[in-house]
Amino acid sequence: MASAAKKMLMDPFSDNNPITVQVLGICSALAVTVKLDTAIVMTLALTSVVSLSNVVISLLRNVIPAGIRMIVEMAVIASLVIIADQLLKAYLFDISKQLSVFVGLIITNCIVMGRAEAFALQNPPKESLLDGLGNGIGYGIILITVAAIREFIGFGTLYNFPVLPESYMGNGLVLLAPGAFIILGLLIWLQRTITKYVEE
Amino acid sequence: MDLLSLAVESIFIQNILLASFLGMCSFLACSKKVDTAIGLGFAVIFVLTITVPANWAIYNFLLKPGALAWAGLPNLDLSFLNFICFIATIASMVQLVEMILDKFFPALYHALGIFLPLITVNCAILGGSLFMVERSYGLAESVVYGASSGTGWLLAIASMAAIRKKLRYSHLPDGLKGLGITMIMTGLMAMAFMCFAGISL
Repeated sequence: MASAAKKMLMDPFSDNNPITVQVLGICSALAVTVKLDTAIVMTLALTSVVSLSNVVISLLRNVIPAGIRMIVEMAVIASLVIIADQLLKAYLFDISKQLSVFVGLIITNCIVMGRAEAFALQNPPKESLLDGLGNGIGYGIILITVAAIREFIGFGTLYNFPVLPESYMGNGLVLLAPGAFIILGLLIWLQRTITKYVEE
Repeated sequence: MDLLSLAVESIFIQNILLASFLGMCSFLACSKKVDTAIGLGFAVIFVLTITVPANWAIYNFLLKPGALAWAGLPNLDLSFLNFICFIATIASMVQLVEMILDKFFPALYHALGIFLPLITVNCAILGGSLFMVERSYGLAESVVYGASSGTGWLLAIASMAAIRKKLRYSHLPDGLKGLGITMIMTGLMAMAFMCFAGISL
């Protein structure tokens, strides 16, 4: 793979991670991370929506009038999210019940809109696809890490398989909202210490 | 459900930001100054109070399974169009509110400034409408739910802005500056709000 394309794909994994560095799409990162299975499904849904919407918008980039580009982007994203939601309801009904409104909220997830606006409008489809995939996976890495920590401490299981002995009493706090905020805060600290990113 | 307890529940116990994580992006981006935080908070209350009942009407008279019975189509189920209709309603409502404010209340319009259009992509607004469908609220409940979730959001962002103002004087490790410490503070705040759980009126 050419190095430019590789950079485009790999950059969002850590150095330019959508959640910890660009501060996009935090809402769903917290809400769906009680267990690993919901986090993985959410990652798949978001990655497919962001890469497809990037491709579609990049294909349309020369015909969209600047004045109504927001509405066009919204329409493209909302249609893709409806497809994702219907597919989840058809094939993974239990998980789609647990994700509840958060699949629909991919529409207003800033990652999708942000990448369409910042990248796909200026770049050809192939690069936009890579950018979408990279950002989706970068988002997924954080989501899955948070979910693994919360599920492990909260239930003593990983992907619903018991890891700790029966006698382990689950820690309820990490399953509640405060646990999510604090774990993500600590992860951001760790990630920024490693990449030496400092916010002014 | 009793409207007063619904209001208390959505302001404090099920706070849309601290318990459902909605509206985090603008919460993190706009909580650096107290004035802007409060301005944005009021804009959110305003838009939520209008859009939740508006989307309630659209859902109940157009989209719900069997909702088109009045047009002679009792078997039609358009509920898969939820998302696109809701977001379109929100975008046009925001536009409408912007125009009305500009014409009749120019002072308020200038105070809200850039925040009004940005609200379209605030997930708290779309989330409010989606929760309304999921919990099948009635019309009165939607109005109360919209207004009080907005109030809860305002409360959270205003207090966070105040805390961040103080935070500027504290010594933090480099990696924790900005986003990291804000998330942890939000966690502590969520914990404090959890103390309201169990109160019922």
